[in-house]
Amino acid sequence: MADYYNYLVVVLLMVIGLYIVMAQANLVKKLIGLNIFQTSVFIFYISTAKVNGGTAPIVVEGAELYSNPLPQVLILTAIVVGIATMSLALALVLRIKRAYGSVEENVILEQDKPC
Amino acid sequence: MLNHFAVLQVVVPLLAAPACLILERARAAWLFACLACLLSLGISIVLFMQVQASGPISYALGGWDAPWGIEYRIDALSSFVLLLINLVAVAVVIAANSSLAAELPEPRHSPFYVLLLLCLAGLLGIVATGDVFNVFVFLEISSLATYALVALGRDRRALFAAYQYLIVGTIGATFFLIGIGFLYSLTGTLNMADLAQRLPGLEEKRLVAAAFGFIVIGIAMKLALFPLHGWLPDAYTHAPSMATAFLAASATKVALYLFIRMYFDVLGHEAVNALFPVGTLFLVLGSAAVLLASLAAIRQDNVKRIFALSSVGQIGYLVIGVGLSSALGLQAALLHLFNHALIKAALFIAVAAVICRVGGSRLEDFRGLGRAMPWTMGALVIGALSLIGVPLTAGFVSKWFLVLAAMEAGMWPLVALVLIGSFIALFYVWRIVEVAYFQQREAVAVGEAPLMLLIPLWVMALANLYFGIDTSLTVGGSEQAANFLMGGRP
Repeated sequence: MADYYNYLVVVLLMVIGLYIVMAQANLVKKLIGLNIFQTSVFIFYISTAKVNGGTAPIVVEGAELYSNPLPQVLILTAIVVGIATMSLALALVLRIKRAYGSVEENVILEQDKPC
Repeated sequence: MLNHFAVLQVVVPLLAAPACLILERARAAWLFACLACLLSLGISIVLFMQVQASGPISYALGGWDAPWGIEYRIDALSSFVLLLINLVAVAVVIAANSSLAAELPEPRHSPFYVLLLLCLAGLLGIVATGDVFNVFVFLEISSLATYALVALGRDRRALFAAYQYLIVGTIGATFFLIGIGFLYSLTGTLNMADLAQRLPGLEEKRLVAAAFGFIVIGIAMKLALFPLHGWLPDAYTHAPSMATAFLAASATKVALYLFIRMYFDVLGHEAVNALFPVGTLFLVLGSAAVLLASLAAIRQDNVKRIFALSSVGQIGYLVIGVGLSSALGLQAALLHLFNHALIKAALFIAVAAVICRVGGSRLEDFRGLGRAMPWTMGALVIGALSLIGVPLTAGFVSKWFLVLAAMEAGMWPLVALVLIGSFIALFYVWRIVEVAYFQQREAVAVGEAPLMLLIPLWVMALANLYFGIDTSLTVGGSEQAANFLMGGRP
């Protein structure tokens, strides 16, 4: 089981993140959940890159086994995408707060009901 | 030059987007966006002809060969979809200037074109690329642009709709990312063609089933497949009308393209169905979408919302075609993908024209418009007839093929379902026609929509008629693409 320690953490974080997104009514807290969810996937990718006994993927004297650099590069891209998503989402929340005066989902839905 | 067209297809709109941002004046940005979209359409026509003449095009990005570098691959299916998206983009961007003038304050016009071009670049990228991680990146580019497009809407509800769409869309894209991660850790490759070669023999592994589960659910969220469609009606109702026209006609279609690509090409539908009866699941969900979304559409009072819900129903037809897992079913799905894009583009541009003149899209706003805006309403009626599937319209052709495919598979309930779905569509369309043609408008005179809106509107409406009568391009193209996919790679 100890070998799969990383993956246990990944699954745990993934479920926690998704749960927060669904259970929270506060728009900012939902985003925190979304961020945890995304981060768990990043950790998953990085975990798959590890080769047992391998060093960091930099050519040095004496090293013969290297970890796989590709997933790390992929995740670098995914992190950038995540940042873009998060900043757009926060900008939306700001505008929602200005338009509705609240960031609570039920309060917002309540205000739009009559129309 | 000619052999770089595969990558230029994506690069042109991607570079045109920031250039649009520099042109602050609305009119200059519009003209520039028109130019970029026309150029992009030209490229897709050349690509289509090239694929027709000499088979699939493979482009090694940066000169790195396929399994290591990113490959752009244009085959019969992708060139068909590229052409469709570009056609819609051109129609929408030409109509956008007049529609935006009525809906958004001037400083928001050039951001609109920037976002539209970014979204276009992302969608084209998804279709053009042959690398699954690249798909994820383009998926996010187009999605982020879409969220911002929706949030541009003048109503504050647009903001909340965009937020909800963002949450669902991000979860969907991340699910897709997880699925890719599983496939990569199994096979060590991200190239679609390479994946398709390495996956056979690995079907026993539970990881493949998990990967496919994540990919299917991820794409289904983007596709707004029932019951994951919750974000769509709100987003389409509150977004600027032109954004709705573009998204309804292209974004869900690209999601379906992606699904077809993964299901038939990369994973292989037989292998997948041996793991889990996805085909059956799709038939059930598709049927539910057709019935429930169409029924919900009847009860709406906002025309935009009626058509948005009808989109959810039409996605049901597309998914049924895919779920049949036969060459004929797939052909029906591809045909409907093309025809439905034409239908929804025509309908939503017509609604935009009404909003432009009347200021709203509730049913009572349509009162007496049959007389006041004869051209707009005429095009709307043609689009609506095509939506119902009346003979001599494009919608009839695709439903006919769907019925044929269902009969071939011996699924008579599906045949009945297609007919019932058309019948329900007749109901909600009739409500609009009745208000527009048989009710009088009070005092206020309303003029016909501006010419720049009418031209693309009528091009789309006439395309609906044309592709209902002369089906050689659509039927031929879709048949070729379907056979290519069912036959697998050589």
